[in-house]
Amino acid sequence: MDDLIAEFITETNESLQELDTDLIRLEQNPNDKDLISKIFRLMHTIKGTCGFLGLPRLETVAHRAENVMGRFRDGDLNVTPAYVSLILESLDRVRSLLGHIEKNGTEPDGSDAELIAKLDAVYEGRDHESTPAKPAPAAPTSDMPIIPEGRESTLEELDAIFAATPVLAPTLSAPTPVITEDLAPVKEDPREENKESSLANQTLRVNVDVLENLMTMVSELVLTRNQLLQISRAQRAESAKEKTSYTGPLQRLNHVVSDLQDGVMKTRMQPIGNAWAKLPRIIRDLSQELKKKIDLVMIGQETELDRQVLEMIKDPLTHMIRNSGDHGIEIPADRVKAGKLETGTITLKAFHEGGHIIIQIIDDGKGLPMARIKQKIIQNGLATEAELATMSTQQIQQFIFKAGFSTADKVTSVSGRGVGMDVVRTNIEKIGGSIELQSIEGKGSTFTIKIPLTLAIVSSLIVESGGERFAIPQLSVNELVLTSEKSDQQIEMIKGTPVFRLRNKLLPLVSLERLLNLSPESEVQNFDHKYIIVTQVGAYRFGIIVDRVFDTEEIVVKPVSKILRNIEMFSGNTILGDGSVIMILDPGGIAKMAGENDAPIEQDLDQANDLIAGREKTSLLLFMAGNDTLKAVPLSLVARLENIAVSQIEYASNQMMIQYRGKLMPLIAYNDAVKLHDQKTKPVLVFTERGRSMGLIVDEIVDITEQFIDLQTDSNSQGVLGSTIINGKATELVDVNHYLRSVFTDFFKNHGDDPYLTPHGTAGSRKRRVLLIDDSPFFRNMLTPLLSVSGYEVVSLESPIKALEMAENGEHFDIIISDIEMPDMSGFEFATRVRAGGQWQSIPLLALSSHATPQDMDHGFKVGFNGYVAKFDRDTLLSAINQTLIGGQQS
Amino acid sequence: MIDTASQNASETRARTGTTRDFLTLRINGQLFGIPILQVQDVLGEVHLSRVPLAPPQVAGSLNLRGRIVTAIDVRKCLGLSQPDSTLKRMSVVVEQDHELYSLMIDRVGDVLSLYDEDFEHTPATLDPAWRAMATGIYRLESDLLVILDVPKLLKTLTLMN
Repeated sequence: MDDLIAEFITETNESLQELDTDLIRLEQNPNDKDLISKIFRLMHTIKGTCGFLGLPRLETVAHRAENVMGRFRDGDLNVTPAYVSLILESLDRVRSLLGHIEKNGTEPDGSDAELIAKLDAVYEGRDHESTPAKPAPAAPTSDMPIIPEGRESTLEELDAIFAATPVLAPTLSAPTPVITEDLAPVKEDPREENKESSLANQTLRVNVDVLENLMTMVSELVLTRNQLLQISRAQRAESAKEKTSYTGPLQRLNHVVSDLQDGVMKTRMQPIGNAWAKLPRIIRDLSQELKKKIDLVMIGQETELDRQVLEMIKDPLTHMIRNSGDHGIEIPADRVKAGKLETGTITLKAFHEGGHIIIQIIDDGKGLPMARIKQKIIQNGLATEAELATMSTQQIQQFIFKAGFSTADKVTSVSGRGVGMDVVRTNIEKIGGSIELQSIEGKGSTFTIKIPLTLAIVSSLIVESGGERFAIPQLSVNELVLTSEKSDQQIEMIKGTPVFRLRNKLLPLVSLERLLNLSPESEVQNFDHKYIIVTQVGAYRFGIIVDRVFDTEEIVVKPVSKILRNIEMFSGNTILGDGSVIMILDPGGIAKMAGENDAPIEQDLDQANDLIAGREKTSLLLFMAGNDTLKAVPLSLVARLENIAVSQIEYASNQMMIQYRGKLMPLIAYNDAVKLHDQKTKPVLVFTERGRSMGLIVDEIVDITEQFIDLQTDSNSQGVLGSTIINGKATELVDVNHYLRSVFTDFFKNHGDDPYLTPHGTAGSRKRRVLLIDDSPFFRNMLTPLLSVSGYEVVSLESPIKALEMAENGEHFDIIISDIEMPDMSGFEFATRVRAGGQWQSIPLLALSSHATPQDMDHGFKVGFNGYVAKFDRDTLLSAINQTLIGGQQS
Repeated sequence: MIDTASQNASETRARTGTTRDFLTLRINGQLFGIPILQVQDVLGEVHLSRVPLAPPQVAGSLNLRGRIVTAIDVRKCLGLSQPDSTLKRMSVVVEQDHELYSLMIDRVGDVLSLYDEDFEHTPATLDPAWRAMATGIYRLESDLLVILDVPKLLKTLTLMN
């Protein structure tokens, strides 16, 4: 194909995309003069270039459409939806003609007479819908052309007459209108042309291959620089401390190369808006076809991401937007019935977060139909009714990401073809992203897609297996476990299949060595001192056994050669800092080999069980004191760990004290069995409470560990909340309050002027009632005394469902504090229900969480929480309660 | 190089006619040729990284100035036995569909300009594996030179796997 035509097709396709977006805006805002002019100019350019290249059919269509735009621009015709449709129709025609030219190099046979007739009818004001803007003067009553506009319009009139004889158009007579039109733009608005060209000068069209090549060379430069730096470092270490003459220039090289790398990376970045350009049009067509009213709000178009990623998410995004429009938004009548605005809104939002880009698709439609989903799950045999009963709403909703799962009753032209969300999920996971869903029936759905900014550079863990090194994307690594034959961290075998007990759960394992045939089949596998990379693909968790784990490294991902492309284990290859080539493991591919398809449901249930047991990871400090029983205290309650010299302990009024940071700090031995003089120094846990510190003397600090706390037995002995199993050993959970109380005897009594309780002198009024909902007995045990000694009347419940029952029974509280992650109903859902109505509707709600991300918080506020508090931060908790109560009073 | 080439080709008499240039190589004693324009680089012995699960013809991959090159063992493609391990093998780097491949051969010889009239199609009786990867044969004075069809060789590999 002619280079000129190829260039033209690219350019025109871009312009067309731009036009699509603009036309939709025009429909919403018909009187935007600038917009109309812009569209007019774009149409004009298409027409002009077509004429120049000798594409008469295309040119005629563009030209007629331009005529109509000219009337809009001059303001003598109002833009109505019908007209916009007409313009879109001509654009589609242009597009299909273009497609044909791109494929065959020539215009297709056929005629556009019908479309042209329609356009001309509008242009000449013959169509019935024609609504002249200015009643009398502008209406072009047939034969009388508008003379005051001068030569230009007469030309156009002439043109119209020319074209009115369609037989002539594709033949020899075609060039004639071209020439007249070529003259026209120069006269029309020379200033605007200038403006455009100056803008155009700032950008340059560069072939993608050139950029890719540049990227490769820069990567190579980076490697060379790294090698140089390494050599220079080694030399410096050898030849004393003095700087060699290389040091300076090398450093400069270092900086320049880093900047260069950044710069080249930037050339690959494109605003995400490029992938969105088609969406307004899709939504518009959709709303017309389905007789719905839909607004598409796009936020963050300018957010940039790698060109490659952009290409990959284009289709999934289009699909999801379609879904939202088709399944999500209801028809206007239903919306009104549900008390919503007639027009539904789909919000598309993009923003950066860490090294990721987050894309959200939010609709205020009808949400996911739970009943239909459940029915479908059972129908497809994905789970039994009993299994469903144990799952949370969230877990059930996740099923829509499974293959062949469409809940649409009928297949529309829009969606519901069975290839649904599972394809979307696969595509997104292919590029190392993840997709989450939150949906409330009747209120709408939110899809959150998290994808890496670039595919080109990925932070990866370098591992070794069978003497070969591999890279595994850090994103898919959940945790690392070092195994050993002797300890509990042992790999066990079931008929030759390795498994591992990870926190009382069986983790299926695959040996990378075996999977990749790195060692002869016959060799006996030795599992001593190996690393397990715990990986999660979708809901399936499994471990990969490797020999060694090196560092993490930022690697430049390169596609594997065609010959190797069908090896599913690898997603690419890369060159390491030392110049060697290694393969990048694809956890998705490994999961397939590791039996993902046989296991997913059980995995889901496992997670559910986890939640039911009231598990939430807590950092615990383990220590020994007095006897052989391990003791644990939440790490976040401990302010500091100190080693104090026993000789420095002083006594004042029978109380051990030590001078600590310029103050006297009371000390207390964990129990009488703690001997003070067996060592010179003793470890002390320092607790700080409202500016006062106390030290707890223990014998030995053992470890810090992350654990699920599952309080097994209550305790009668003072200072112990109960026992739990940590790493297979019975461990006592220490009640810090007890020790605080025993040191500061006045600590909890001196509340006459307690600022937390009586902010505005409302002392003496009844006790405030607090409802505490937390599934974990540990936290209930910890927080209930804290709150009650602070003067609140506390009712604690382990489940929001029970709380809702209380609401129905007419109980009243001043404030409700709820955990977020709970097995039978999440805190979010609870808040939504409370806020939905009933007599608890206006009670302040505080969310309690041990790890709140900003999204969690956002979500929390959205569903009706008044505040967020971290679980261990007692001061903030008390003041938050206080603040919320004050706020409640004032409002 | 060119001097030697012309010497070789025009040893006996000054000839006219169209010529093509080929890089000659030896594999298991047999002389082969690759059109010179397809050759990007000639490498001595290089360190290869293993590619697990790769087809047997793929010897591994290597880093050539920042580009990853897939190494193909031509002996395996031609169904020949492995040479003794002391042999230092050389490689010829070619490009196909924007990807680089290094063809491991025994050693590289001269560049020859060969006359079209010396060209013949591959005999029908040749080993099928060889026939599939040869475009034809040039009759040299003292030897027969098999022209390797590199694109076809690589394409077969891609299709096979």
